[in-house]
Amino acid sequence: MSTLNKEDPKQLVKQLELWEDNEVNTFLNKQPEREDNFYTLGGFPVKRTYTALDTKDIPIDDIGLPGQYPFTRGPYPTMYRSRYWTMRQIAGFGTGEDTNNRFKYLISQGQTGLSTDFDMPTLMGYDSDHPMSDGEVGREGVAIDTLADMEALFDGIDLEKISVSMTINPTAWILLAMYIALAKRRGDDLNKLSGTVQADILKEYVAQKEYIYPISPSVRIVRDCITYCAENMKRYNPINISGYHISEAGSSPLHEIAFTMANATTYVEEVVKTGMDVDQFAPRLAFFFVGQADFFEEIAKFRAARRVWAKIMKNQFGAKKAESMRLRFHCQTAAASLTKPQYKVNIMRTTVQALAAVLGGAQSLHTNGMDEAFAIPTEEAMKIALRTQQVIADETNVANVIDPLGGSYFLENLTTQYENKIFEILDEVKEKGGTIKLIEEGWFQKHIADFAYETALKKQDGQKPVIGVNKYVEENEQADITTHPYDSTTADRQISRLQTVRATRDNNKIEKLLNELIEVAKDERQNIMPITIELVDAGATMGDIVEKLRTLWGTYRENPVF
Amino acid sequence: MGLPIRVLLAKVGLDGHDRGVKVVARTLRDAGMDVIYTGLHRTPEEVVNAAVQEDVDILGISLLSGAHMTICPKIMQLLEDKDAADTIVVVGGVVPDEDVTPLKEMGVKELLLQDTPPKEIVARLEKLVEERGPR
Repeated sequence: MSTLNKEDPKQLVKQLELWEDNEVNTFLNKQPEREDNFYTLGGFPVKRTYTALDTKDIPIDDIGLPGQYPFTRGPYPTMYRSRYWTMRQIAGFGTGEDTNNRFKYLISQGQTGLSTDFDMPTLMGYDSDHPMSDGEVGREGVAIDTLADMEALFDGIDLEKISVSMTINPTAWILLAMYIALAKRRGDDLNKLSGTVQADILKEYVAQKEYIYPISPSVRIVRDCITYCAENMKRYNPINISGYHISEAGSSPLHEIAFTMANATTYVEEVVKTGMDVDQFAPRLAFFFVGQADFFEEIAKFRAARRVWAKIMKNQFGAKKAESMRLRFHCQTAAASLTKPQYKVNIMRTTVQALAAVLGGAQSLHTNGMDEAFAIPTEEAMKIALRTQQVIADETNVANVIDPLGGSYFLENLTTQYENKIFEILDEVKEKGGTIKLIEEGWFQKHIADFAYETALKKQDGQKPVIGVNKYVEENEQADITTHPYDSTTADRQISRLQTVRATRDNNKIEKLLNELIEVAKDERQNIMPITIELVDAGATMGDIVEKLRTLWGTYRENPVF
Repeated sequence: MGLPIRVLLAKVGLDGHDRGVKVVARTLRDAGMDVIYTGLHRTPEEVVNAAVQEDVDILGISLLSGAHMTICPKIMQLLEDKDAADTIVVVGGVVPDEDVTPLKEMGVKELLLQDTPPKEIVARLEKLVEERGPR
């Protein structure tokens, strides 16, 4: 097998030995290094420097070229030379109208895609007037109860022209149904809609913990979203398989990718079981990863994720189309890395994380606001975050060469180490009984909690420096900051529209459709999307649908591990 | 040596952020305290009932959803109704600075916000129990 380097390894070994004996030793005698051993944030040992010896065993085909299997160097052959990544700042607060205003502001500032954050009741399937929603309506995201809210959210925005991402999981199919119903009412062509719904329920049980029903019916709903979109919305990503939340819940970067791959393969298996050809749906599977602080490790992580996915799709699922094998991902900088002390430093953290995402070949990017350790971001914080991406794109020239770090001894070595470790973990998951069994046993959750705990201890003893928190601390710092205000009229405004919808709809029709929904839900061969679209179009609330299905499926409760 | 400090850690409402509460649970357990964690998505009633039944010294509420000014008053009121107002209530998570004083005024004894080192959490809780004295 041909490999990257043609240099004579023996000569290199000798050169390296001489260098260590002479130059390195001379310096070490004058001054020792900062540490005895260096590690990446994820715990991979890092050598003093890397040479061709560290890449000599990597098959050159594993590195390949951009847009070519196994896509290590990028999913497309021209990447940012044709079009920059989509600059997609997430937004959501208050009612549909409130968020619609923020959307229009971001578009006016040069944002190229929309991304929607929903409030906790919407994410968890409660109507805004449910007791569990008290205090949460429109606070962390936009409140959506009915199709009328969706109409307000996208008022004046052409859904055929801009791609829209929706960050929502256990209730994703209802939001997707509302999106479809809205587009149909406007006379849009479903095959022209582009965007993404997160709908990655497995990582909810593992990390983000937004779930309603037990795992099995929840995965069936995801399966239905994927098959429905494959047949009706050819440009739409019906799932965004996410490592981001696994990382934010505390995991290592390695586990972020490995666990995401375990989840992704589970979805593919479920859809293939319906008889759908893998190449019919796999091209629209999209991913979402975090951009963490360890610059080179993150780039290696993204490159390894692409290579691993390509190999899984080809070798395990027999995909034939290149589109089924190329991993496309959205990236968000790491919210958990943001600090309250000296909060403006968050701009620098975010910049470096964003640069890693770009050098790692992300398809779209959200950069966090500097004030997000306090509250959801202000308009000003979002503007600076967006400008951060625009500076990287327009002023640094980093987007002109594809995978500029490809071929780096260090990067290629770390990429391959990542690949090998990811496959080892996937084998372990299989041996131990599969993803769903291990979720039920808390196996993933335990790994995440362990790394989170280690991280907390490392921050405490300064092993993991965090500027402003355990290093260069400013005593008695007073934050000079204006945060995003919560409008106390939000819940009333929202509930009033909800009540109007309830008062003006045909309740007999809703009742009839809800009974049909139960019949569809009982029959796993049927797809839950069409009946849900009918329901939301008739004015059913999210709570109507969720509660009806709860009578059939019940509620999931986890047995927490720590 | 006295009995170990008993702590109930709770997630209330719809907020699923449990990274912090699990780190705290493990920290307190490693420090020799008796730790009970309610798991996610509990109501104020469930949490207060559990605190009373388990006869805990400390009730720790973890909130990162922004709903603390709605949820905390309910919990304080329920504790009083159940004759358990001597339970030491601490809040952890994301709380804006301007809400710290109102929370303390309603009886929350301590706020453990982002990046509070584990050792400091243990020390502050031990001090609160010491200040309260034996029950």
